[in-house]
Amino acid sequence: MSAVEGGNVLPATALRGKDLLGVSELTPEEISLVLDTAEAMKEIGSRPIKKVPALRGKTVVNLFFEPSTRTRTSFEIAEKRLSADTLSIAAGTSSVVKGETLVDTVRTLEAMQPDMIVVRHASSGAAHLLSRTCRSAVINAGDGTHEHPTQALLDAFTIREHKARLSNLKVAIIGDLLHSRVLRSNVLLLTKMGARVWACGPPTLVPVDLPGLGVQVTHHVEEAVRDADVVMLLRIQLERMEGAFFPSLREYFRLFGMTSARLALARPDVLVMHPGPMNRGVEIASDVADGPNSVILEQVANGVAVRMAVLYLLAGGAEHEAVV
Amino acid sequence: MKRLFRGGRVVDPVNGLDGDLDVLVDGDRIARVGRDLPLDGAVVVEVPKGFVVCPGLIDIHVHLREPGQEHKETVATGVASAVAGGFTAVACMPNTSPVNDNANVTAFILAKAAEAGLARVYPIGAVSRGQKGEQLADIGELHAAGCVAITDDGHPVRTALLMRRALEYAGMFGMPVIEHSEDPSLKGEGVAHEGVVAAALGLRGIPGACEAIMVERDVLLAELTGSAVHVAHMSARQSLRAVRKGKEAGVRITCEVAPHHFTLTDESLRSPVAYDTNTKMNPPLREAADRDAMLAGLADGSIDVIATDHAPHHADEKHVEFDRAPFGIVGLETAVPLCLDRLVHAGVIGLPRLVELLSCNPARILNLPGGSLSVGAPADITILAPDLEVRVEASRLVSLSKNTPFDGWELRGGVVATIVGGRTVYVNSGAGVVVS
Repeated sequence: MSAVEGGNVLPATALRGKDLLGVSELTPEEISLVLDTAEAMKEIGSRPIKKVPALRGKTVVNLFFEPSTRTRTSFEIAEKRLSADTLSIAAGTSSVVKGETLVDTVRTLEAMQPDMIVVRHASSGAAHLLSRTCRSAVINAGDGTHEHPTQALLDAFTIREHKARLSNLKVAIIGDLLHSRVLRSNVLLLTKMGARVWACGPPTLVPVDLPGLGVQVTHHVEEAVRDADVVMLLRIQLERMEGAFFPSLREYFRLFGMTSARLALARPDVLVMHPGPMNRGVEIASDVADGPNSVILEQVANGVAVRMAVLYLLAGGAEHEAVV
Repeated sequence: MKRLFRGGRVVDPVNGLDGDLDVLVDGDRIARVGRDLPLDGAVVVEVPKGFVVCPGLIDIHVHLREPGQEHKETVATGVASAVAGGFTAVACMPNTSPVNDNANVTAFILAKAAEAGLARVYPIGAVSRGQKGEQLADIGELHAAGCVAITDDGHPVRTALLMRRALEYAGMFGMPVIEHSEDPSLKGEGVAHEGVVAAALGLRGIPGACEAIMVERDVLLAELTGSAVHVAHMSARQSLRAVRKGKEAGVRITCEVAPHHFTLTDESLRSPVAYDTNTKMNPPLREAADRDAMLAGLADGSIDVIATDHAPHHADEKHVEFDRAPFGIVGLETAVPLCLDRLVHAGVIGLPRLVELLSCNPARILNLPGGSLSVGAPADITILAPDLEVRVEASRLVSLSKNTPFDGWELRGGVVATIVGGRTVYVNSGAGVVVS
C-alpha cells in the first residue's frame, strides 16, 4: 500500500503515519481531516446504494482478540461500503488458542498479503507491537486500557455535528476512568481540540496522570455536570467490585449514576453520550439513556462513517479513486 | 608461579589503598601489595597507566537459570558472562526448576560451576520449600552444602511470621535473609511503575509503597530477631528512607541497587520504543525522583551494594505483548560501563566507593572470601579501564540471552581483564593490553 510519507504532503490532506495506533500520535490538523472526511463518508451511508469503490482490491483483516460486537461490526460495514475485501477473525477460532504468539499469528496472516489489519487486543501496546512487525497498515480498535482512537474520533464527530465545534465546550466524562481506553483517547482528542474536559469518578478509579493532561478531576458528579455541553458516561464493569474499587453497584449509582435530576444541572442542549455497552441503572438511568438529549445511537451510526474515513485515509486517501 | 602486576592504580578500600602500586600474586593468592616491588622471579604484567587494579568484583544477585531453564542461561554461559563483565564471583538465586531448596540442587550448581571453571559461584538457597512461602526449606542442609544466604527471590516472604522464623533460624548459621521486597496485594497484576507513564500507556501500576511497605516490615523483624536482612534490588525512594531509618536505629539491614535503577526511569517504557519489553523488570523502572534517590543513596553510603539482578530471558519470551512478557534484563556485562560512566565520570562517587559497592561490601555481607587485596587473600582481581570507550551491542553479549535495554549505548569505562584465583579467565581484546 502507498503509505503517505510524513513531510511530503500537506498535513491537512493526509495522515502522516502508516498506522493509526492512538490519538496521542495525531495532530489537531489530522483529527480535523478525519472528521471532515467522515462527513463525506456519512453521506454515502444515506444513499440507496451504500457503496463506493475507494478500497476496491484492498484486503482488510479484522483481528479481534477480545469479544466485540459493535466495533467489529462497525469496521466490517465501513470496509464493505468502501468495497474492500474483508475477513474477520475472532481469537477464539484462531490458532491463538493453540499457543501461537501474537506476532506469529499476524505474520501468518501477512503472508497472505492483506493491506490493513484492524486489531483489538486485551494487552496495552499490542497494536504498537504489530506496527513494528507488520508491513500492513495497523488500525488500533482498542488495546487494553490504553487507547481506542476510532471511538474518540466518532465521539468528536458526533459532538461536532451538534455543536459545530469542539473548542471551549465543557465535556464531563463520568465512570470507570482507570480501566477505560475510551477515556484516554477522548481526553487526548478533546484537549488537543480545545475542549474543557472534566473527569469524575471515585478516587479508586481515577488514573494519576489526568491533571497533567489538563483535565479537571472531581469526585462530585454535580460539579462535573454543571453547565456541561456534553455528558459522557463510561461503563462500570461489574468485576471491579471484587478489586475493591467501590463497595456496590447500588452505592455507585447513588453517588455517580446519571439521573435526569443531575442532568438538569447541565446546559439545556446537553448531549448525553455512552460508548456502550451500557449498564442501565448503574452509570446511567434508563430515562436519561433514552431521553431527548441522548445521542447514543447516533454515535453508533457515526462510527461507520468515521471508520470509513480512517480506512480511506490510511489507504492513501485522495491518491486513490475518488470517493464519489 | 608468581606474577607481578605493575603500573596500575591499585584501589583496595579494605586496606585503605589507592595509588600507583604493584600487586604480587603467588599461585592463587595475593602475596604482596606495595610500591616498586622486587621482581622475585615473577612474570611481569605491565598494566598501562590509568588502568585500575582492584579486588575482584562480586555480583550477589544473578539468575543462572540452571537447572531447568537452560534455554535462557546455563551456569557455564552465566559465569562466562560474569567474567566478561569483570565479576570474579556471583551469587545465584534459587528460583531454578527445581528450586534450590535442598542440598542436591546446591551440589548440582556447584558441580556445574567447577566444570566451567570461570567465576566463583555461591548458591543462595530458598527460604521456603519450593519457594511457596509455607514451610522453611532445610536451611542447615543448604548451608552445609555451600549456600551463603537464603531468599525466596522472585517472590517475597509473604507472612511476617515466616520471615521472623527464617531470620531466627538463618541467624544460627550467620546467614542473612535476602528479601525480594514486595507486597503481593499491592503489586496485583502490575507490570510497570505506578505513575504518569504507566497511566499514559495503559499499563497496570506497581507503586513504590508496594516495595517500601515490605522493607519497613523487615526492618522491624531484623530488629526483633537481631538477624541480618538484605534488601534485594531496591528501587523506590520510600524503601531507601526505611533502610536509612533502620540503619540509624542500629538494625542489621543492608541493601543493593541494580544499575538499571540508577540509570533509567519509566520514561524508557515509551521512548525510544514504546512498550519495549526490555524495559520491563521487577521491581519496575521508577520515576526520576526514585532514580535520583538511588544516586543519592549510592553517594552518601546508605546503599551498600550494586548488584545486577542479571535475569536472562529468551528473545522469543520477550517478543510478546508487554503485559505478557517476563520481567527482567541481563546485567552482568553492562554493569561496569554503566557504573563508571554514570557514577564515576558523572561525579556521583569516586572509584574507591565504587569498589566498595561492587566488591568489598558484597563480600562482607555474604561472608565471602575476596573483596580485598589483603596478603593471603584469593588472587581474585579485576582490571578496569576507566576511559575505555565501550559500545554495548546486545548481539555480542556472552550471556546466552540478549535482553538488554542498553543496546547501542556508548559508555566510558570498561573491563580489561578478570583474574580468578590467580588465573586470567577473561581478557578484553579491545582494551589494548596483554594479560597472559
